[in-house]
Amino acid sequence: MAAKPFFVLLALLMAGVLAAAETVPASSPSALRALRRGNGPEPSTLDAHRAQDLASHNVLRDLYEGLVSEDARGQLLAGMAERWEISADGRRYAFHLRRNLRWSNGEPLLAAEIVASFQRALSPATAAPLAPMLAVIVGARELAAGTGTVADLAIRASDPHTLLIDLVEPAPLLQLLLLPIAYPVYLPALARYGSRHTRPGNLVSNGAYQLLDWQPHALIRLQKNAHFHAAAAVAIADVRYLVTEDAASEQQRFRANDLDLTETVPPARRDRLQARFGAQLRISPYLGSFFLGLNLRAAVLGRAPALREALSLAIDREILTRYITALGETPAYALVPPGMADYPAPKMASAAWSQAARETRARQLYAAAGYRAEAPLTIEIRYNTSTPHRRLALAVAAMWRQVLGAKVVLRNEEWKSFVLHRREGRITQVFRGGWIADVEDPLSFLALFDGDQALNWSGWHDPVYRQWLAQARQADGGERQRLLAGAEQRLLDQHVIVPIYFYTSKHLVRTDVLGFEANPLDRHGSRWLHFAAPAGAR
Amino acid sequence: MRWPTLALGQPHWALGKGLLLRLGEALVTLLLLALLCFGLLRAAPGGPFDAERELDPARRAELIAAHALDRPVPEQFGHFLVDLGHGDLGQSFQYPDYRVIELLASGFAITGLLGGLALLAALLIGVPLGLWAGWRAGSGVDLGIRTASLIGLALPKFVLAPLLILLFAVYFGWLPAGGFDGNDWRSLVLPVTALCLPNLAGLVRLTRDGVIGILASDYVRAARARGIEDLALLRHHVLRPLLLVVLAWLAPALIAVITGSTVIEQIFGIPGVGRYFVQGALNRDYSLVMGVALSAGALIVLVNLLIDGGRALVDPRLRQPFDS
Repeated sequence: MAAKPFFVLLALLMAGVLAAAETVPASSPSALRALRRGNGPEPSTLDAHRAQDLASHNVLRDLYEGLVSEDARGQLLAGMAERWEISADGRRYAFHLRRNLRWSNGEPLLAAEIVASFQRALSPATAAPLAPMLAVIVGARELAAGTGTVADLAIRASDPHTLLIDLVEPAPLLQLLLLPIAYPVYLPALARYGSRHTRPGNLVSNGAYQLLDWQPHALIRLQKNAHFHAAAAVAIADVRYLVTEDAASEQQRFRANDLDLTETVPPARRDRLQARFGAQLRISPYLGSFFLGLNLRAAVLGRAPALREALSLAIDREILTRYITALGETPAYALVPPGMADYPAPKMASAAWSQAARETRARQLYAAAGYRAEAPLTIEIRYNTSTPHRRLALAVAAMWRQVLGAKVVLRNEEWKSFVLHRREGRITQVFRGGWIADVEDPLSFLALFDGDQALNWSGWHDPVYRQWLAQARQADGGERQRLLAGAEQRLLDQHVIVPIYFYTSKHLVRTDVLGFEANPLDRHGSRWLHFAAPAGAR
Repeated sequence: MRWPTLALGQPHWALGKGLLLRLGEALVTLLLLALLCFGLLRAAPGGPFDAERELDPARRAELIAAHALDRPVPEQFGHFLVDLGHGDLGQSFQYPDYRVIELLASGFAITGLLGGLALLAALLIGVPLGLWAGWRAGSGVDLGIRTASLIGLALPKFVLAPLLILLFAVYFGWLPAGGFDGNDWRSLVLPVTALCLPNLAGLVRLTRDGVIGILASDYVRAARARGIEDLALLRHHVLRPLLLVVLAWLAPALIAVITGSTVIEQIFGIPGVGRYFVQGALNRDYSLVMGVALSAGALIVLVNLLIDGGRALVDPRLRQPFDS
């Protein structure tokens, strides 16, 4: 008699094993082993609508999926929507949702919930930092500013499985929908738990993973979401995001086999890193641009385009990227990094010159601006305290001294003071700039200099530039890119910034982690990764 | 002759009154600390909403108003005190998913565990070693222990910790190189060692010097002249005064491991309270900084109070402040 329950139990266990085997074989290394990812600093929040730091975005990308998604190479992919149509004028998008969409708690996910989530994302009470990115949607700007209502927001569900979005102007909406602000937040949890809706047990998501554990400043643990529409294709079942604030410590943890994937690599010469880590070192172009900003509100720079050009020409970017940054960065002679689709990327006129020719021209311009050895220019470079920034500022100062004879004052500031002074623009002259694209769109960089908006640290107000941008915003496709290139050329001709280099993304990835692909926005969803079978097990 | 024991004839109400006075002093100290921190934070340039991605002015104004940061500073301080009175330190600005009290609770628990283990190890190893060296002052043992402790003192934590990681995590692979896992004791070994060693070295030297001083005192020489045996001398005449030396060391050491664990926590990626000291200030996380400052302040006051009380129990000559 006692044998009967035993067989029932055995049968149940076997059934469980077989059920698991339908998706990922229970014996596969990806099903058994946890992926340990270095993630930089502690994510500030797991509220998808309020997050703006990269550490939060990395985790949210695993937890959620937007209307569209992207693959390991960064190519657009169907997300919650299995297909979509765009109107001829590029202003109306119709998204057709998958029929099998579910939240991680198993409840069905319908178009009306996505609409409500967008309304919450754009409401003034949410104060979402990325809300301005969605201002191209009709009614979004007004709603976020508190002057409009949700009724005016042109995101509507025409039926439970269809979503319509109207735009003010043609824009790369699909790219924008990859941002966490466009992820659906489960509003019943928000209503029930308030700010605690992001805690394990409370957070309901719709992506490849769900939240299992969150120990502040230590780790965030995710487990595979069985209700995800593509769960069968998700290989790794257990993902751990570990807080790795210090890049040098992160590297040690990688060497000690405590991490499978690092968030970054501490500053070091590329050849030395290559010698130590070999194929585990993954360096690839990143849509980010480092530049020195010039505060045009400062009299010394604002009224002297020739001097600004001289300062730019006197910098040898090859030396900076070879010896100072030294991790495969490319010298920049423009603001927008290469690799933007259909974008006829402009460059500074001097890009094709030799460095000697640039320096000769720089000296002429410097003299023409009224400076000479007896009466040199005194100028300040201001940067936030960090060793790489200090090294770069020192090198630039040396070049300006050597080539032009200028006196350079270096001023480092603690982060918040730096940000405040850069924004106010009252005491800055030359300052550390730089920007990483939110979406693969030149406008992501060019909008920084668009008049009164808060990120215009240079205080540059140029009607011609703004005209180019305004026209581009009304255009579509290749014409839009051509107009944006016109705007960038104007910016470069006016020497509003001193471009220095284009960023690279840098990671250490264990050789048995497969599926890690370089992509321009350096986004690496865990659902695309898997572990190689151990040698001999294949 | 015996070392004087606790004077039982002291009226208890006097002790209680003294304690109340000390508590009153502590409260005033904490209030002044709160006022100073609050003022300094508001005077520091930049605020919690300054970031690389600048908020547009309207959104910034909304957030500032929502957190009542547009009110006069004295009014803000008043609100802070009222909330504090209700045991509420508010929501973290930088980590809005958490209340400050939650972050502090988890941070102090981990830092306390690390610091407690480090101090315990220092006490268990340092006192016997120091005692041995002091007892055998001038011998080879003494020289060896002194040299080792000097090296321990001279090696800064930011050098020691990476060395330990390189050796035991990277080369031998015995222990994790960082992180904290409450279920795995191995993640504690290296940080506790790195935190313990400088304290251990300091304690060894302190104990050794203490023992030498005690052995040179008149009452020990008199006891020796009476022919007391070594073990009895140690038990009755050395250990008790030595306890005073160790207790006097314990208060600053305890405070130092809790407030000074930042470097170790940073290097090992330990989610203790140490990192909030620096990050809170750098992020202008007003509520977190106030929480950290006040709780650390309260801890320092409390530890001092307890250690002073403990010393007064051991040595009646120190009982004066509690009797006043």
